[in-house]
Amino acid sequence: MTKYIGKVWRVGDDIDTDLIIAARYLNDASEEFLKMHCLEDVIPDFIGKIQKGDILVAGKNFGCGSSREHAPVAIKAAGISCVIAQSFARIFYRNAINIGLPIVTASEAVWGISTGDNVEVDVNQGYIYNVTTGEEYETETFPPFIQEIIKAGNLLNYVKGRVKFND
Amino acid sequence: MPMHAIHKILAEKSGKQEVKAGEIVNAKVDIAGINDIYLTVLISYDDMGGGKVWDPEKIVFFFDHNAPSPTIKGASNQKVMSEFAREQGIKKIFKINEGICHSVLSESGLVKPGDIIIITDSHTTTLGAFGAFATGVGSTDLAVIMMTGELWFRVPEVINVKLEGTLKDGVMAKDIALHMLGELGTEFATYKVIEYSDSVVEKLSIDERMVLCNMSVEMGAKSTYIRPNSKTIEYVKSRSHAPFIVHETDPDFIYDKEYIFNLDNLLPQVSIPDSVDNARNIEEVEGISIDQVFIGSCTGGKLTDLEAAANILKGKKIAESVRLVVTPSSKEVLTKAIERGYYQTFLDAGAAITTPGCGACFGGHSGLIAAGEKCATTSNRNFPGRMGSIEAGVYLVSPITAAYTAITGKLNNPQYK
Repeated sequence: MTKYIGKVWRVGDDIDTDLIIAARYLNDASEEFLKMHCLEDVIPDFIGKIQKGDILVAGKNFGCGSSREHAPVAIKAAGISCVIAQSFARIFYRNAINIGLPIVTASEAVWGISTGDNVEVDVNQGYIYNVTTGEEYETETFPPFIQEIIKAGNLLNYVKGRVKFND
Repeated sequence: MPMHAIHKILAEKSGKQEVKAGEIVNAKVDIAGINDIYLTVLISYDDMGGGKVWDPEKIVFFFDHNAPSPTIKGASNQKVMSEFAREQGIKKIFKINEGICHSVLSESGLVKPGDIIIITDSHTTTLGAFGAFATGVGSTDLAVIMMTGELWFRVPEVINVKLEGTLKDGVMAKDIALHMLGELGTEFATYKVIEYSDSVVEKLSIDERMVLCNMSVEMGAKSTYIRPNSKTIEYVKSRSHAPFIVHETDPDFIYDKEYIFNLDNLLPQVSIPDSVDNARNIEEVEGISIDQVFIGSCTGGKLTDLEAAANILKGKKIAESVRLVVTPSSKEVLTKAIERGYYQTFLDAGAAITTPGCGACFGGHSGLIAAGEKCATTSNRNFPGRMGSIEAGVYLVSPITAAYTAITGKLNNPQYK
Protein backbone atom coordinates (compact mmCIF):
# COMPACT_ATOMS: atom_id res chain seq x y z
CA MET A 1 0.00 0.00 0.00
CA THR A 2 1.36 3.40 -0.86
CA LYS A 3 -1.72 5.58 -0.30
CA TYR A 4 -2.80 6.84 3.13
CA ILE A 5 -5.84 8.88 4.15
CA GLY A 6 -6.21 10.23 7.66
CA LYS A 7 -6.67 13.04 10.13
CA VAL A 8 -3.64 15.22 10.81
CA TRP A 9 -1.66 15.85 13.99
CA ARG A 10 0.62 18.82 13.39
CA VAL A 11 3.89 19.24 15.34
CA GLY A 12 6.76 21.74 15.00
CA ASP A 13 10.43 21.79 13.97
CA ASP A 14 13.24 19.71 15.52
CA ILE A 15 11.04 17.08 17.16
CA ASP A 16 13.87 14.96 18.54
CA THR A 17 13.93 11.29 19.44
CA ASP A 18 13.77 12.09 23.17
CA LEU A 19 10.44 13.83 22.55
CA ILE A 20 9.20 10.94 20.40
CA ILE A 21 10.15 8.33 23.01
CA ALA A 22 12.16 9.38 26.07
CA ALA A 23 15.35 7.55 27.09
CA ARG A 24 13.73 6.28 30.30
CA TYR A 25 11.52 3.97 28.18
CA LEU A 26 14.25 2.42 26.04
CA ASN A 27 14.88 -0.64 28.14
CA ASP A 28 11.50 -2.04 27.11
CA ALA A 29 11.49 -3.06 23.48
CA SER A 30 7.80 -4.04 23.22
CA GLU A 31 5.60 -2.10 20.78
CA GLU A 32 2.68 -2.18 23.21
CA PHE A 33 4.77 -0.40 25.85
CA LEU A 34 6.50 2.07 23.53
CA LYS A 35 3.29 3.28 21.91
CA MET A 36 1.84 4.27 25.30
CA HIS A 37 4.59 6.91 25.66
CA CYS A 38 4.84 8.06 22.05
CA LEU A 39 5.15 11.87 21.78
CA GLU A 40 3.70 12.22 25.28
CA ASP A 41 5.83 15.27 26.06
CA VAL A 42 4.66 17.02 22.87
CA ILE A 43 0.95 16.15 22.85
CA PRO A 44 -0.16 14.99 26.32
CA ASP A 45 -2.07 11.69 26.15
CA PHE A 46 -1.26 11.37 22.43
CA ILE A 47 -2.07 7.66 22.47
CA GLY A 48 -5.48 8.34 24.02
CA LYS A 49 -6.33 10.99 21.45
CA ILE A 50 -5.28 9.53 18.11
CA GLN A 51 -7.13 7.09 15.89
CA LYS A 52 -5.57 4.37 13.81
CA GLY A 53 -4.56 5.73 10.43
CA ASP A 54 -3.99 9.33 11.56
CA ILE A 55 -1.15 11.21 9.89
CA LEU A 56 1.66 13.10 11.63
CA VAL A 57 2.84 16.32 9.99
CA ALA A 58 6.07 17.91 11.20
CA GLY A 59 8.43 20.77 10.37
CA LYS A 60 12.12 20.49 9.70
CA ASN A 61 14.63 17.97 11.08
CA PHE A 62 12.05 15.50 12.39
CA GLY A 63 13.62 12.70 14.45
CA CYS A 64 16.95 14.39 15.15
CA GLY A 65 19.09 13.07 17.98
CA SER A 66 19.57 9.48 19.02
CA SER A 67 19.81 6.40 16.81
CA ARG A 68 16.95 4.72 18.70
CA GLU A 69 14.75 2.72 16.35
CA HIS A 70 12.26 2.78 19.22
CA ALA A 71 11.19 6.19 17.84
CA PRO A 72 9.67 5.14 14.50
CA VAL A 73 8.52 1.88 16.13
CA ALA A 74 6.56 3.85 18.77
CA ILE A 75 4.95 6.06 16.10
CA LYS A 76 3.98 3.11 13.95
CA ALA A 77 2.69 1.10 16.91
CA ALA A 78 0.59 4.08 18.04
CA GLY A 79 -1.31 3.76 14.77
CA ILE A 80 0.12 6.62 12.72
CA SER A 81 -0.11 5.59 9.07
CA CYS A 82 2.38 8.06 7.62
CA VAL A 83 4.70 10.90 8.67
CA ILE A 84 5.02 14.01 6.49
CA ALA A 85 7.85 16.43 7.30
CA GLN A 86 9.71 19.31 5.79
CA SER A 87 12.87 17.28 6.42
CA PHE A 88 13.98 14.22 8.37
CA ALA A 89 17.17 13.60 10.36
CA ARG A 90 19.29 10.92 8.73
CA ILE A 91 19.11 8.03 11.18
CA PHE A 92 15.37 8.47 11.71
CA TYR A 93 14.89 8.41 7.93
CA ARG A 94 16.74 5.09 7.63
CA ASN A 95 15.07 3.58 10.67
CA ALA A 96 11.57 4.52 9.46
CA ILE A 97 12.16 2.92 6.07
CA ASN A 98 13.77 -0.12 7.66
CA ILE A 99 10.79 -0.83 9.93
CA GLY A 100 8.16 0.05 7.32
CA LEU A 101 6.87 3.38 8.65
CA PRO A 102 5.93 5.42 5.56
CA ILE A 103 7.55 8.85 5.52
CA VAL A 104 7.23 11.70 3.04
CA THR A 105 9.43 14.76 2.57
CA ALA A 106 7.44 17.77 1.36
CA SER A 107 8.54 21.23 2.40
CA GLU A 108 5.76 23.32 0.89
CA ALA A 109 2.93 21.06 1.98
CA VAL A 110 3.87 21.19 5.63
CA TRP A 111 3.04 24.89 5.92
CA GLY A 112 -0.50 24.54 4.67
CA ILE A 113 -1.62 21.61 6.79
CA SER A 114 -3.18 22.00 10.27
CA THR A 115 -4.19 19.64 13.05
CA GLY A 116 -7.58 18.16 12.24
CA ASP A 117 -7.30 18.45 8.44
CA ASN A 118 -7.99 15.33 6.45
CA VAL A 119 -5.24 14.55 3.98
CA GLU A 120 -4.53 11.95 1.35
CA VAL A 121 -0.90 10.97 0.72
CA ASP A 122 0.48 8.84 -2.08
CA VAL A 123 4.09 7.93 -1.35
CA ASN A 124 4.83 6.43 -4.76
CA GLN A 125 2.93 8.89 -6.92
CA GLY A 126 4.46 11.73 -4.92
CA TYR A 127 1.51 13.90 -3.97
CA ILE A 128 -0.40 15.11 -0.90
CA TYR A 129 -4.04 16.21 -1.25
CA ASN A 130 -5.48 18.21 1.63
CA VAL A 131 -9.14 17.14 1.53
CA THR A 132 -10.13 19.85 4.04
CA THR A 133 -8.64 22.80 2.18
CA GLY A 134 -8.64 21.41 -1.35
CA GLU A 135 -4.91 22.08 -1.82
CA GLU A 136 -2.60 19.63 -3.54
CA TYR A 137 1.20 19.43 -3.26
CA GLU A 138 3.98 17.47 -4.89
CA THR A 139 6.35 15.48 -2.70
CA GLU A 140 9.73 13.82 -3.13
CA THR A 141 9.66 10.19 -4.22
CA PHE A 142 12.09 7.47 -3.13
CA PRO A 143 15.02 6.19 -5.19
CA PRO A 144 14.38 2.73 -6.73
CA PHE A 145 16.47 0.87 -4.12
CA ILE A 146 14.44 2.28 -1.24
CA GLN A 147 11.21 1.58 -3.11
CA GLU A 148 12.26 -2.09 -3.15
CA ILE A 149 12.56 -2.09 0.67
CA ILE A 150 9.20 -0.37 0.97
CA LYS A 151 7.68 -2.94 -1.39
CA ALA A 152 9.02 -5.76 0.79
CA GLY A 153 7.37 -4.11 3.83
CA ASN A 154 10.60 -3.55 5.74
CA LEU A 155 14.33 -4.21 5.57
CA LEU A 156 14.06 -7.55 7.37
CA ASN A 157 11.73 -8.94 4.71
CA TYR A 158 13.90 -7.45 1.99
CA VAL A 159 17.05 -9.08 3.38
CA LYS A 160 15.26 -12.37 4.06
CA GLY A 161 14.40 -12.46 0.38
CA ARG A 162 18.06 -12.05 -0.56
CA VAL A 163 20.43 -13.80 1.85
CA LYS A 164 21.24 -17.42 2.22
CA PHE A 165 21.21 -18.18 5.89
CA ASN A 166 24.49 -18.99 7.53
CA ASP A 167 23.51 -22.35 8.95
CA MET B 1 36.61 11.16 -11.50
CA PRO B 2 38.28 12.85 -8.52
CA MET B 3 37.20 11.23 -5.25
CA HIS B 4 37.28 12.14 -1.58
CA ALA B 5 39.08 9.81 0.85
CA ILE B 6 35.68 8.85 2.29
CA HIS B 7 34.50 7.88 -1.20
CA LYS B 8 37.64 5.77 -1.68
CA ILE B 9 36.85 3.92 1.55
CA LEU B 10 33.29 3.24 0.38
CA ALA B 11 34.54 2.19 -3.06
CA GLU B 12 37.12 -0.22 -1.65
CA LYS B 13 34.67 -1.76 0.78
CA SER B 14 32.01 -2.23 -1.87
CA GLY B 15 34.40 -3.69 -4.44
CA LYS B 16 34.23 -0.77 -6.87
CA GLN B 17 36.82 1.30 -8.71
CA GLU B 18 34.95 4.49 -8.01
CA VAL B 19 31.76 5.76 -6.42
CA LYS B 20 30.04 9.12 -6.65
CA ALA B 21 27.78 11.06 -4.31
CA GLY B 22 24.15 9.98 -4.52
CA GLU B 23 24.93 6.42 -5.60
CA ILE B 24 23.80 3.56 -3.34
CA VAL B 25 26.44 0.96 -2.47
CA ASN B 26 26.53 -2.17 -0.38
CA ALA B 27 29.70 -1.94 1.69
CA LYS B 28 31.55 -4.39 3.94
CA VAL B 29 31.70 -3.31 7.56
CA ASP B 30 34.86 -3.66 9.69
CA ILE B 31 33.30 -3.26 13.14
CA ALA B 32 29.61 -3.48 14.08
CA GLY B 33 28.84 -2.33 17.63
CA ILE B 34 25.73 -2.82 19.73
CA ASN B 35 24.95 -0.77 22.84
CA ASP B 36 23.15 -2.25 25.84
CA ILE B 37 19.91 -0.30 25.31
CA TYR B 38 19.43 -1.97 21.90
CA LEU B 39 18.10 -5.39 22.74
CA THR B 40 15.95 -4.68 19.68
CA VAL B 41 19.00 -5.63 17.55
CA LEU B 42 18.81 -9.21 18.78
CA ILE B 43 15.03 -9.26 18.35
CA SER B 44 15.40 -8.07 14.74
CA TYR B 45 18.18 -10.62 14.18
CA ASP B 46 15.93 -13.37 15.44
CA ASP B 47 13.05 -12.14 13.24
CA MET B 48 15.34 -12.43 10.22
CA GLY B 49 15.96 -16.08 10.97
CA GLY B 50 18.84 -15.88 13.44
CA GLY B 51 21.58 -18.47 13.14
CA LYS B 52 25.30 -17.85 13.25
CA VAL B 53 26.55 -14.28 12.93
CA TRP B 54 28.68 -13.36 9.93
CA ASP B 55 31.92 -12.86 11.89
CA PRO B 56 32.11 -12.96 15.70
CA GLU B 57 35.47 -11.14 15.60
CA LYS B 58 33.89 -8.06 14.08
CA ILE B 59 30.91 -7.72 16.38
CA VAL B 60 31.28 -5.76 19.61
CA PHE B 61 28.93 -5.25 22.55
CA PHE B 62 29.11 -2.13 24.73
CA PHE B 63 27.47 -2.12 28.15
CA ASP B 64 27.79 1.64 28.46
CA HIS B 65 24.34 3.22 28.73
CA ASN B 66 23.37 1.26 31.83
CA ALA B 67 26.73 1.05 33.58
CA PRO B 68 26.09 -0.29 36.14
CA SER B 69 22.43 -0.96 35.47
CA PRO B 70 20.03 1.27 37.41
CA THR B 71 17.01 -0.91 36.55
CA ILE B 72 16.09 -4.60 36.48
CA LYS B 73 15.12 -4.31 32.80
CA GLY B 74 18.55 -2.88 31.97
CA ALA B 75 20.25 -5.73 33.82
CA SER B 76 18.07 -8.28 32.01
CA ASN B 77 19.01 -6.81 28.63
CA GLN B 78 22.72 -7.10 29.47
CA LYS B 79 22.15 -10.67 30.61
CA VAL B 80 20.46 -11.63 27.34
CA MET B 81 23.22 -9.95 25.33
CA SER B 82 25.94 -11.72 27.33
CA GLU B 83 24.28 -15.08 26.67
CA PHE B 84 23.93 -14.29 22.98
CA ALA B 85 27.61 -13.30 22.77
CA ARG B 86 28.67 -16.52 24.50
CA GLU B 87 26.59 -18.71 22.17
CA GLN B 88 27.91 -16.88 19.11
CA GLY B 89 31.56 -16.83 20.18
CA ILE B 90 31.62 -13.03 20.32
CA LYS B 91 34.47 -12.17 22.65
CA LYS B 92 34.56 -8.39 22.43
CA ILE B 93 32.18 -7.35 25.18
CA PHE B 94 33.04 -4.10 26.87
CA LYS B 95 31.31 -4.58 30.20
CA ILE B 96 29.94 -2.06 32.70
CA ASN B 97 33.42 -1.14 33.96
CA GLU B 98 34.85 -0.11 30.56
CA GLY B 99 33.13 3.08 29.47
CA ILE B 100 31.50 4.71 26.47
CA CYS B 101 31.68 2.94 23.10
CA HIS B 102 33.48 5.68 21.13
CA SER B 103 36.18 6.09 23.75
CA VAL B 104 36.78 2.41 24.42
CA LEU B 105 36.76 1.42 20.75
CA SER B 106 39.47 3.92 19.81
CA GLU B 107 41.49 3.23 22.98
CA SER B 108 41.48 -0.50 22.32
CA GLY B 109 42.94 -0.11 18.83
CA LEU B 110 39.81 -1.15 16.97
CA VAL B 111 39.53 2.10 14.99
CA LYS B 112 41.91 2.64 12.08
CA PRO B 113 41.98 5.02 9.14
CA GLY B 114 40.07 3.51 6.22
CA ASP B 115 37.75 1.36 8.37
CA ILE B 116 33.97 1.32 8.20
CA ILE B 117 32.59 1.38 11.73
CA ILE B 118 28.88 1.15 12.45
CA ILE B 119 27.42 1.37 15.97
CA THR B 120 23.87 1.72 17.29
CA ASP B 121 24.74 5.14 18.66
CA SER B 122 24.25 8.42 16.87
CA HIS B 123 27.55 9.86 18.13
CA THR B 124 29.55 7.27 16.16
CA THR B 125 30.49 10.22 13.90
CA THR B 126 33.17 10.78 16.60
CA LEU B 127 35.42 8.19 14.96
CA GLY B 128 35.83 10.20 11.76
CA ALA B 129 38.55 11.89 13.83
CA PHE B 130 40.70 8.84 12.96
CA GLY B 131 40.01 8.93 9.23
CA ALA B 132 37.44 6.13 9.40
CA PHE B 133 33.96 6.15 7.87
CA ALA B 134 31.88 5.85 11.01
CA THR B 135 28.17 6.34 11.52
CA GLY B 136 25.26 5.43 13.76
CA VAL B 137 22.33 3.25 12.75
CA GLY B 138 19.24 1.69 14.31
CA SER B 139 18.58 -1.89 15.32
CA THR B 140 17.43 -3.31 12.00
CA ASP B 141 20.45 -2.00 10.11
CA LEU B 142 22.77 -3.44 12.74
CA ALA B 143 20.98 -6.81 12.63
CA VAL B 144 21.47 -6.88 8.86
CA ILE B 145 25.22 -6.32 9.31
CA MET B 146 25.36 -9.07 11.94
CA MET B 147 23.88 -11.45 9.41
CA THR B 148 25.54 -10.35 6.16
CA GLY B 149 28.59 -8.26 7.10
CA GLU B 150 27.36 -5.52 4.78
CA LEU B 151 25.02 -2.55 4.76
CA TRP B 152 23.64 -0.22 2.12
CA PHE B 153 24.80 3.39 2.10
CA ARG B 154 23.97 6.34 -0.04
CA VAL B 155 27.39 7.76 -0.95
CA PRO B 156 27.39 11.12 0.82
CA GLU B 157 28.44 14.55 -0.41
CA VAL B 158 31.32 16.10 1.55
CA ILE B 159 31.34 19.54 3.16
CA ASN B 160 34.73 21.08 3.96
CA VAL B 161 34.85 23.15 7.16
CA LYS B 162 38.11 25.09 7.39
CA LEU B 163 39.02 26.27 10.87
CA GLU B 164 41.61 29.05 10.77
CA GLY B 165 43.20 31.37 13.30
CA THR B 166 44.29 30.94 16.90
CA LEU B 167 42.01 30.03 19.78
CA LYS B 168 41.92 32.35 22.77
CA ASP B 169 42.72 30.95 26.21
CA GLY B 170 39.70 29.26 27.72
CA VAL B 171 38.25 28.33 24.32
CA MET B 172 37.98 24.64 23.41
CA ALA B 173 36.82 22.44 20.52
CA LYS B 174 33.38 22.32 22.17
CA ASP B 175 33.09 26.09 21.74
CA ILE B 176 33.96 25.74 18.04
CA ALA B 177 31.23 23.13 17.58
CA LEU B 178 28.61 25.19 19.43
CA HIS B 179 29.59 28.27 17.42
CA MET B 180 29.21 26.32 14.16
CA LEU B 181 25.78 25.12 15.29
CA GLY B 182 24.79 28.70 16.08
CA GLU B 183 25.93 29.88 12.65
CA LEU B 184 24.84 26.97 10.47
CA GLY B 185 22.02 25.26 12.39
CA THR B 186 21.08 21.67 13.10
CA GLU B 187 20.60 20.30 9.61
CA PHE B 188 23.08 21.93 7.24
CA ALA B 189 24.99 18.65 6.96
CA THR B 190 22.08 16.19 6.88
CA TYR B 191 23.02 13.05 4.87
CA LYS B 192 26.50 14.53 4.29
CA VAL B 193 30.05 14.15 5.59
CA ILE B 194 31.76 17.06 7.35
CA GLU B 195 35.52 17.23 6.87
CA TYR B 196 37.43 19.45 9.31
CA SER B 197 40.65 20.94 7.99
CA ASP B 198 43.16 23.74 8.24
CA SER B 199 45.52 25.07 10.91
CA VAL B 200 43.29 24.86 14.01
CA VAL B 201 42.45 21.22 13.30
CA GLU B 202 46.09 20.33 12.70
CA LYS B 203 46.97 21.67 16.14
CA LEU B 204 44.09 20.10 18.06
CA SER B 205 44.75 17.01 20.17
CA ILE B 206 43.06 13.72 19.25
CA ASP B 207 40.58 14.22 22.13
CA GLU B 208 39.63 17.67 20.88
CA ARG B 209 39.26 16.48 17.28
CA MET B 210 36.89 13.84 18.59
CA VAL B 211 34.74 16.62 20.07
CA LEU B 212 34.29 18.29 16.66
CA CYS B 213 33.42 14.98 15.02
CA ASN B 214 31.15 13.99 17.91
CA MET B 215 29.08 17.19 17.78
CA SER B 216 28.77 16.93 13.99
CA VAL B 217 25.81 14.59 14.32
CA GLU B 218 23.98 17.54 15.93
CA MET B 219 24.56 19.34 12.60
CA GLY B 220 22.88 16.45 10.82
CA ALA B 221 26.10 14.83 9.56
CA LYS B 222 26.16 11.21 8.47
CA SER B 223 29.87 10.95 9.17
CA THR B 224 32.96 13.11 9.56
CA TYR B 225 36.51 13.11 8.34
CA ILE B 226 39.79 14.50 9.59
CA ARG B 227 42.76 13.65 7.37
CA PRO B 228 45.04 11.45 9.48
CA ASN B 229 48.29 13.27 10.30
CA SER B 230 51.29 12.14 12.33
CA LYS B 231 49.32 12.48 15.61
CA THR B 232 46.61 10.15 14.30
CA ILE B 233 49.05 7.58 12.94
CA GLU B 234 51.05 7.61 16.17
CA TYR B 235 47.87 7.14 18.25
CA VAL B 236 46.62 4.25 16.12
CA LYS B 237 49.99 2.49 15.89
CA SER B 238 50.47 2.70 19.65
CA ARG B 239 47.27 0.71 20.08
CA SER B 240 47.02 -1.60 17.09
CA HIS B 241 49.43 -3.71 15.07
CA ALA B 242 46.93 -4.29 12.28
CA PRO B 243 47.78 -2.79 8.89
CA PHE B 244 45.72 0.07 7.51
CA ILE B 245 45.54 2.29 4.46
CA VAL B 246 45.29 6.06 4.54
CA HIS B 247 43.34 7.10 1.46
CA GLU B 248 44.12 10.58 0.15
CA THR B 249 41.47 12.92 -1.23
CA ASP B 250 42.22 13.72 -4.88
CA PRO B 251 43.50 17.30 -5.23
CA ASP B 252 40.79 18.27 -7.72
CA PHE B 253 37.93 16.80 -5.69
CA ILE B 254 34.97 19.17 -5.61
CA TYR B 255 33.37 19.66 -2.21
CA ASP B 256 29.61 20.08 -1.92
CA LYS B 257 30.21 23.22 0.14
CA GLU B 258 33.06 24.97 1.88
CA TYR B 259 32.81 27.03 5.07
CA ILE B 260 35.70 29.03 6.51
CA PHE B 261 35.70 30.05 10.15
CA ASN B 262 38.36 32.38 11.49
CA LEU B 263 38.45 31.64 15.21
CA ASP B 264 40.75 34.45 16.44
CA ASN B 265 37.90 36.20 18.22
CA LEU B 266 35.78 33.21 19.21
CA LEU B 267 34.53 33.49 22.81
CA PRO B 268 33.43 30.57 24.98
CA GLN B 269 29.99 29.45 23.82
CA VAL B 270 26.87 28.30 25.66
CA SER B 271 23.93 26.62 23.91
CA ILE B 272 20.86 27.52 25.91
CA PRO B 273 17.68 25.39 26.17
CA ASP B 274 16.11 23.72 24.23
CA SER B 275 18.15 23.40 21.08
CA VAL B 276 21.82 22.71 20.38
CA ASP B 277 21.96 25.62 17.93
CA ASN B 278 20.84 28.25 20.50
CA ALA B 279 24.49 29.25 20.86
CA ARG B 280 25.40 32.43 22.76
CA ASN B 281 28.67 34.13 23.61
CA ILE B 282 29.43 33.58 27.30
CA GLU B 283 29.01 37.34 27.89
CA GLU B 284 25.32 37.14 26.97
CA VAL B 285 24.48 34.45 29.52
CA GLU B 286 27.04 35.10 32.25
CA GLY B 287 25.51 34.99 35.70
CA ILE B 288 22.64 32.57 35.05
CA SER B 289 22.31 30.39 38.18
CA ILE B 290 23.03 26.70 37.70
CA ASP B 291 21.91 23.82 39.96
CA GLN B 292 24.05 21.02 38.54
CA VAL B 293 27.26 20.88 36.55
CA PHE B 294 27.92 17.67 34.61
CA ILE B 295 31.41 16.89 33.30
CA GLY B 296 31.16 13.70 31.29
CA SER B 297 29.92 11.87 28.16
CA CYS B 298 31.64 10.89 24.90
CA THR B 299 31.78 14.62 24.13
CA GLY B 300 33.17 16.02 27.37
CA GLY B 301 34.39 13.21 29.65
CA LYS B 302 37.74 12.41 28.02
CA LEU B 303 41.15 12.92 29.61
CA THR B 304 41.64 16.36 28.01
CA ASP B 305 38.23 17.42 29.36
CA LEU B 306 38.92 16.21 32.91
CA GLU B 307 42.35 17.79 32.79
CA ALA B 308 40.92 21.16 31.74
CA ALA B 309 38.36 21.04 34.54
CA ALA B 310 40.81 19.80 37.19
CA ASN B 311 43.29 22.59 36.41
CA ILE B 312 40.60 25.12 37.30
CA LEU B 313 39.13 23.25 40.28
CA LYS B 314 42.48 22.54 41.95
CA GLY B 315 42.40 23.86 45.49
CA LYS B 316 38.86 25.27 45.00
CA LYS B 317 35.45 24.34 46.35
CA ILE B 318 32.27 24.24 44.32
CA ALA B 319 29.51 26.69 45.29
CA GLU B 320 27.14 25.70 48.07
CA SER B 321 24.19 26.04 45.68
CA VAL B 322 25.54 23.67 43.03
CA ARG B 323 26.25 19.96 42.68
CA LEU B 324 29.00 18.65 40.42
CA VAL B 325 28.83 15.22 38.76
CA VAL B 326 31.95 13.90 37.03
CA THR B 327 31.72 10.84 34.78
CA PRO B 328 34.89 9.76 32.97
CA SER B 329 34.31 8.47 29.46
CA SER B 330 36.30 5.27 29.98
CA LYS B 331 38.33 3.10 32.34
CA GLU B 332 41.52 4.35 30.71
CA VAL B 333 40.52 7.96 31.36
CA LEU B 334 39.57 7.05 34.94
CA THR B 335 42.93 5.36 35.55
CA LYS B 336 44.97 8.24 34.14
CA ALA B 337 42.85 10.83 35.97
CA ILE B 338 43.60 9.05 39.25
CA GLU B 339 47.31 8.83 38.42
CA ARG B 340 47.45 12.52 37.69
CA GLY B 341 45.58 13.53 40.82
CA TYR B 342 42.46 14.87 39.09
CA TYR B 343 40.20 12.60 41.15
CA GLN B 344 41.53 14.03 44.40
CA THR B 345 41.00 17.53 43.03
CA PHE B 346 37.38 16.73 42.11
CA LEU B 347 36.69 15.04 45.45
CA ASP B 348 38.23 17.91 47.42
CA ALA B 349 36.17 20.40 45.40
CA GLY B 350 32.98 18.56 46.34
CA ALA B 351 32.22 16.51 43.21
CA ALA B 352 30.33 13.24 42.99
CA ILE B 353 32.24 10.86 40.70
CA THR B 354 30.47 8.04 38.86
CA THR B 355 31.36 4.90 36.89
CA PRO B 356 32.48 5.52 33.28
CA GLY B 357 29.48 5.45 30.94
CA CYS B 358 26.67 7.40 29.29
CA GLY B 359 24.68 7.95 32.53
CA ALA B 360 23.28 11.44 32.92
CA CYS B 361 23.99 12.62 29.36
CA PHE B 362 21.12 10.63 27.87
CA GLY B 363 18.87 11.07 30.92
CA GLY B 364 19.37 7.48 31.98
CA HIS B 365 20.70 7.70 35.53
CA SER B 366 23.55 8.99 37.74
CA GLY B 367 22.74 12.68 37.76
CA LEU B 368 19.24 13.48 36.48
CA ILE B 369 17.78 16.93 37.07
CA ALA B 370 14.51 18.04 38.65
CA ALA B 371 11.74 20.26 37.26
CA GLY B 372 12.79 23.90 37.35
CA GLU B 373 16.50 23.08 37.62
CA LYS B 374 19.28 24.19 35.30
CA CYS B 375 22.25 22.03 34.35
CA ALA B 376 25.48 23.20 32.68
CA THR B 377 26.95 20.20 30.91
CA THR B 378 29.92 19.20 28.77
CA SER B 379 27.69 16.66 26.99
CA ASN B 380 26.03 17.04 23.62
CA ARG B 381 22.28 17.60 23.70
CA ASN B 382 19.94 20.02 25.45
CA PHE B 383 16.60 18.82 24.09
CA PRO B 384 13.60 19.13 26.43
CA GLY B 385 13.78 16.34 28.98
CA ARG B 386 17.16 15.14 27.75
CA MET B 387 18.80 14.98 31.21
CA GLY B 388 15.75 14.44 33.38
CA SER B 389 12.61 16.51 33.87
CA ILE B 390 10.98 17.97 30.78
CA GLU B 391 10.72 21.19 32.82
CA ALA B 392 14.48 21.42 33.42
CA GLY B 393 16.92 23.47 31.32
CA VAL B 394 20.18 22.15 29.87
CA TYR B 395 23.06 24.48 28.93
CA LEU B 396 25.81 23.04 26.73
CA VAL B 397 29.30 24.26 27.62
CA SER B 398 32.99 23.33 27.40
CA PRO B 399 34.79 21.63 30.31
CA ILE B 400 36.54 24.92 31.17
CA THR B 401 33.24 26.81 31.37
CA ALA B 402 31.74 23.91 33.34
CA ALA B 403 34.51 24.08 35.96
CA TYR B 404 34.27 27.85 36.46
CA THR B 405 30.48 27.52 36.66
CA ALA B 406 30.77 24.88 39.37
CA ILE B 407 32.92 27.22 41.49
CA THR B 408 30.55 30.20 41.39
CA GLY B 409 27.25 28.42 40.76
CA LYS B 410 26.68 30.77 37.84
CA LEU B 411 27.55 30.46 34.14
CA ASN B 412 30.97 32.03 33.57
CA ASN B 413 34.41 31.56 32.04
CA PRO B 414 36.78 34.45 32.67
CA GLN B 415 39.80 32.78 31.06
CA TYR B 416 39.47 34.36 27.59
CA LYS B 417 39.50 37.91 28.97
